[in-house]
Amino acid sequence: MNPAIALATARRVLQQLRHDPRTIALLLVVPSGLMTLLRYVYDGSPQIFDSIGLSLLGIFPFVTMFLITSVAMLRERTTGTLERLFTTRLAKLDLLVGYALAFAVTTCVQVGVVCLIAFGWLGLSAPAGVGWVMLLALASALLGMALGLFVSAFARTEFQAVQFLPAVVLPQFLLCGLLTPRSQMVDVLRWVSNVLPMSYAVEGLAQVRQGSVNGVLVRDLLVVIGCIVAALALGAATLRRRTS
Amino acid sequence: MTAAVAVGNLVVFRGKRQVLFDVSCEVPAGQVTGLLGPSGGGKTTLLRSIVGVQAIRSGQVSVLGLPAGDPALRARIGYVTQDPSVYGDLSVIENLRYFAALSSGAGRIAEVLAAVGLTGHAADRVDRLSGGERARVSLACALVGAPPLLVLDEPTVGLDPVLRRDLWQLFHQLAAAGTSVIVSSHVMDEAARCDRLLLLREGRLYADDTPAEILRRTGAPDLEEAFLRLVTEQVAR
Repeated sequence: MNPAIALATARRVLQQLRHDPRTIALLLVVPSGLMTLLRYVYDGSPQIFDSIGLSLLGIFPFVTMFLITSVAMLRERTTGTLERLFTTRLAKLDLLVGYALAFAVTTCVQVGVVCLIAFGWLGLSAPAGVGWVMLLALASALLGMALGLFVSAFARTEFQAVQFLPAVVLPQFLLCGLLTPRSQMVDVLRWVSNVLPMSYAVEGLAQVRQGSVNGVLVRDLLVVIGCIVAALALGAATLRRRTS
Repeated sequence: MTAAVAVGNLVVFRGKRQVLFDVSCEVPAGQVTGLLGPSGGGKTTLLRSIVGVQAIRSGQVSVLGLPAGDPALRARIGYVTQDPSVYGDLSVIENLRYFAALSSGAGRIAEVLAAVGLTGHAADRVDRLSGGERARVSLACALVGAPPLLVLDEPTVGLDPVLRRDLWQLFHQLAAAGTSVIVSSHVMDEAARCDRLLLLREGRLYADDTPAEILRRTGAPDLEEAFLRLVTEQVAR
C-alpha cells in the first residue's frame, strides 16, 4: 500500500462528490428531514422517538454509503477507469482505503448535521455520549460502503445496482430489532438476525441510550468492524487486475 | 534493435471464442509501431495482453524485459483505452492531478496539457467536452507519468485532420526521445505514419515489418492494397 496514492484517491472521490451538489444536498438534508418528521410523528411518545431516532442514526449512513458506493464502483467498472487504475501503481488496498477515507469524511459531516439537529433541537438524547453515536454511525457507513463495493460486481447497470438496496437493506431493517425486539422473534428469524451486521449497530445504539458504556456496546462495535473487514475482503475479491 | 515488447505464440480466448491465434511479434524500442487491422480483429485484446490486464490461454508476452502484468511494470506503461477512461464528473485538471499522483508525474501537468492542445480547457468538466477532447484528456492522463512504453488504442479516431497530424507528430517526438509507442488504428491511411507495422486480422498476424518493406515485398502501390494482397496470399496458401 502507498499512502500518497490512497490519499490522492480519497481526494479524487471527494472531488467527484463536490461536483455533484444535488447529491450532497440529499446526503445532508434527507436524514435531518426524516429525523424531524419522526420527532413529530411520535410527538406524544418521546420514548419511542428516542429509541427509533438513535437507531436511525446508524441506519442512515449505512443506506447512503451503500447506495453511493455501489453506483460509484459500478461506474468505475463500466467506464473502464477501474481497468485503467489497475495498469498503474495503485494497489487494491489503496483504492479501498481511498474510498473508505473519502466516505468516512462524508459520513462525519452527514452524521454531524443530523446529530446537531437531533440532539440540539429535537431533544434526542444519547446518555452514553454522542461520541459513541458517531463511532457506530461511522462503522455502519463503512459497512454500507464495503457491501456496496461487493454488490457492484453483480450489477451491469445503475438500475440494477439500485435494486440491490432493498434486497440488502430491507431484510436487515426488518430484523435488526428496531420494529420488534429481537428477543421476541421466532427462533429462525432471531438466528438470521444474529448473523446480520445491522442488528449489532442498532443494538449498540440501544446501549448508548441505556446510558452506560458496557461490554455489550464494545462487543457490538467490534462485531460491526469485523463485518466491515469481511465485506471488504469479499469486495476486494471482485476487483480483478486481469480479466478475460 | 532492442524489443520493448516481445510476444510469442500468444493464444487468447474471450469466453468460448478464440480471439488471438498463435500471434508472435516484436515491438522495437524508441519507435512508433502501428497495430493496424479491421475492427473486431483482436487489436484491443493484443494491447490488453501487453498491458497485462488480459487473461491469456497460452504463449508469452514480455514487456521491457519483464513478463506482462509484472507489478514493476505498472509505473512504466501508459495505457489509453479505446473509449476514454477518465472521470467525466471531474475537470480536466483534476483528472490529470489524480493520474499524476498515480504515476508521480505531478511536475508535467502543464506541459502535457499543452502537448494535447487542452490548455484552454483545464478547468472544464470532462463530460461537457466533445468526444475528441475527452480522448485527448485520456491520452494526457497516460502521458503525464512519462512512461517508457505507451500503449494507445485508437487514439486518433474521430479527430479532425489537423489534430490527427499534430498527435502523430507528438508520437514521433516521444519516440525520438526514447519512448516506445504502440498505436492501434483501423484506418489504413495512418499506417504510413508508423515506423513499423503489425497487421492483424481475425486474430492472425499478417505482417510485422516496416511500411517500406511491406510495400516492397508485396509490390503494392499503397499499404491498403498491400494488406489486401497479404490477406489473399495467406488465404490461398
